[in-house]
Amino acid sequence: MKKLTILAAAAGVLAVTATAACSSSSPTPQAGGGGTTPTLTGDCAQFQPYAGHSGSTVTMFGSILSPESDSLNTSWADFQKCTGIKIQYTGSNTFESDLPVKVNGGNAPNLAIIPQPGLLQQMVQTGTVKKPPAQTVKNEDNWSKVWKTYGSADGTFYAAPMSANMKSLVWYSPKYFASKGYKVPTTYADLMSLSAKMAKDMSGTAKPWCGGIGSGTATGWPATDWLEETVLGTYGGQVYDDWISHKVKFADPQIQAAMKTVQGWMLNPAWVNGGVGNVQTIATTTFQNAGLPILKNQCGMLQQASFYEAQWPKGTKVGPDGDVFAFYLPAVNPSIKTPVEGGGEFVTAFADDPATQAVQNYLSSPEWAQSRIEVAPGWVSANEKVDQSLYKDPIDKISAKYLADPSATFRFDASDSMPAAVGSGTFWKGMVDWFGSGKSATAVAQEIDSSWPN
Amino acid sequence: MFTSSAPALLTDSSPVSQAASTLLGVVVVVVGFVALLGVVFLVAGRVTGRLQKPVAVVICLGPALFLLLLGLIIPAVVTFNNSLKNQQFLGQLLTKYVGLKNYAFAFTDPYTLGSLFRTLLWLVIVPTLTVAVGLSAALLLNRMKHTAVPKTLIFLPTAISFVGASVIWSYVYNYVTPTQPQTGLLSAIVMKLGWSNPPNWLISSPVNTFLLMVIMIWIQAGFAMVVLGAALKAIPDEIIESARLEGADGWRLFRSIEIPMIRNTVVVVLTTVMITTLKVFDIVFTITNGNYDTDVLARQMYADMFVTSQVSRGSALAVIIFIVVLPLMFYNIRQLRRERSER
Repeated sequence: MKKLTILAAAAGVLAVTATAACSSSSPTPQAGGGGTTPTLTGDCAQFQPYAGHSGSTVTMFGSILSPESDSLNTSWADFQKCTGIKIQYTGSNTFESDLPVKVNGGNAPNLAIIPQPGLLQQMVQTGTVKKPPAQTVKNEDNWSKVWKTYGSADGTFYAAPMSANMKSLVWYSPKYFASKGYKVPTTYADLMSLSAKMAKDMSGTAKPWCGGIGSGTATGWPATDWLEETVLGTYGGQVYDDWISHKVKFADPQIQAAMKTVQGWMLNPAWVNGGVGNVQTIATTTFQNAGLPILKNQCGMLQQASFYEAQWPKGTKVGPDGDVFAFYLPAVNPSIKTPVEGGGEFVTAFADDPATQAVQNYLSSPEWAQSRIEVAPGWVSANEKVDQSLYKDPIDKISAKYLADPSATFRFDASDSMPAAVGSGTFWKGMVDWFGSGKSATAVAQEIDSSWPN
Repeated sequence: MFTSSAPALLTDSSPVSQAASTLLGVVVVVVGFVALLGVVFLVAGRVTGRLQKPVAVVICLGPALFLLLLGLIIPAVVTFNNSLKNQQFLGQLLTKYVGLKNYAFAFTDPYTLGSLFRTLLWLVIVPTLTVAVGLSAALLLNRMKHTAVPKTLIFLPTAISFVGASVIWSYVYNYVTPTQPQTGLLSAIVMKLGWSNPPNWLISSPVNTFLLMVIMIWIQAGFAMVVLGAALKAIPDEIIESARLEGADGWRLFRSIEIPMIRNTVVVVLTTVMITTLKVFDIVFTITNGNYDTDVLARQMYADMFVTSQVSRGSALAVIIFIVVLPLMFYNIRQLRRERSER
């Protein structure tokens, strides 16, 4: 094993040397001789704060896969070249189960990009997570207070937010809406009356709403979003937070009422499942395929997050006058101020060597966020200091607008913050039983409540 | 501004170069291992006299014992230890011993009891049907002339991974609303036969569990056929001939002569399939992920350990599976030994 490590390190050094050799035409720093920090000049000058650790490799592990991970690699290419720090990113589609195994086996990455606050809390409790460097903490003003809480455990700030996605969106076809004379609804009451009107206008398998909660081992999560948005939009942030901490139980009349609201919406036989079939088919349709009937005018609307943009087939025009676009899902209760549910990732350190901390500092800076935005669309930063005009993609624009809105009631996906036994277990399973097996809301609530770990 | 050098940077972390360095690492480890063995044998070869025998015993048994310790005994002890605690996730600090609470939970929780019951169903139905199908195929093929093609077709699924087979069968079981063109083979067939409104197969309990079992039988039947076929061929011709002279034919020959002659092989195939079945994970995991009342112990254990952070509960399930497999294992080994000594 030891041999392997040495070899890997040697390979890493070789790679860095090769890189330096290739890019000798532009100004490159001299490999840190005798511990003195080299001065970066020209285009590299902006990376001066991170200089002095040339030749080190920082391993990074996350759930982001190609092609999104390629965009990440491109976004820090200049940083790598100028500072000589090599960032070795590895993605896994079973990240959530792989990370604890790696960390427990003494094989932790230097940095992990954790998409769930719940998992972050859990990792902190293993005592392996390192506190962030001073500069990252200083960058705290870059995020709203609530984002900082999600990157903290027991009141201590551990992980800087990275990207953000917007979940409170409804996808629709602007062309279809225009041909039928439908207006984009701005209140929940409008949304409901539009759905009823659509249901009357449509025939055959066409329905106003479509949905799919199939997602392999994570089957059920899209339905948790529907319930979460309904809870947040009906009762606001406080009840939502108490619900996450189980002070408000699933069997609580408030959550039960929210489940009733969802029953009248996504479990309404007259309204779903557009282009596919009955309510049950929501359970067996994959979330990737859920919105495709919109393109055939078989389904009116789909509630799904901003990242659903990547699921539309090639050639689909996304925009206010295109084939598909999204509007903001209005609050159930108009007195709740702009409820926004979202998700995101947190840069968590399992090492505190200077190179790792340099990368951590860089990733928490608005400069890196802007560099990433410029690489490719479909990515929004949680960083509020980012220049909003950089977003070119229409979905990124609308997401960034709501995510950066200081008056909005922003909350992180509740199932990602609940204990894993619920958030990745019985909550998903309960939704599958609710939609697929026709279990009652009370039975689902009882099952989830009884599974809450002590 | 650095566009010219960006591609060079990207290739550093490209899969090809990563694979190359991994390959190099493997080669170094293998060469190192062989060199180490060479040195050990060289030294051992020079030992003579009183020490010769003990050294030989240590060298021959040592590696096997070491690997057994590393791969089986230590994990088993750690898992059993974990099953007595209240540990929720890997690496959790401050865990407490809670006695047999996790076992009590496993045998009282309705969901886990459901998994246990279904695992037992799998254990009874799959090996029996696998042997029945394999034996029928072997008998029929034994009396046919051109057996290469049918034998290959029945044996082929054995070469497919459980996950691959599950993906194939999930297309067969795919459900589409009856008014639309059918993409699932099963629905299409039963609708052609006159069943106008078939159920959504994979979410209809209990039929879904049996549909999943079909996949396992499909994979394992080829193995059963080959082993049982070989055993049938091994029955001496004189015995069959004298039985025929006595007037035994067909069913009688099969029941009174062939079955008793291959009894031991049938038992070995049965127990082998049983052990595989007890660990059934891939099929349930891939197709339903344990939803819709299809969960089994092995999948629930995996979810407890790695997905839902209930390490101690998962460990208790692992110990339960281990304890159930043990007697089957012993029986299987004893049967194999007996068969060997008879020859």
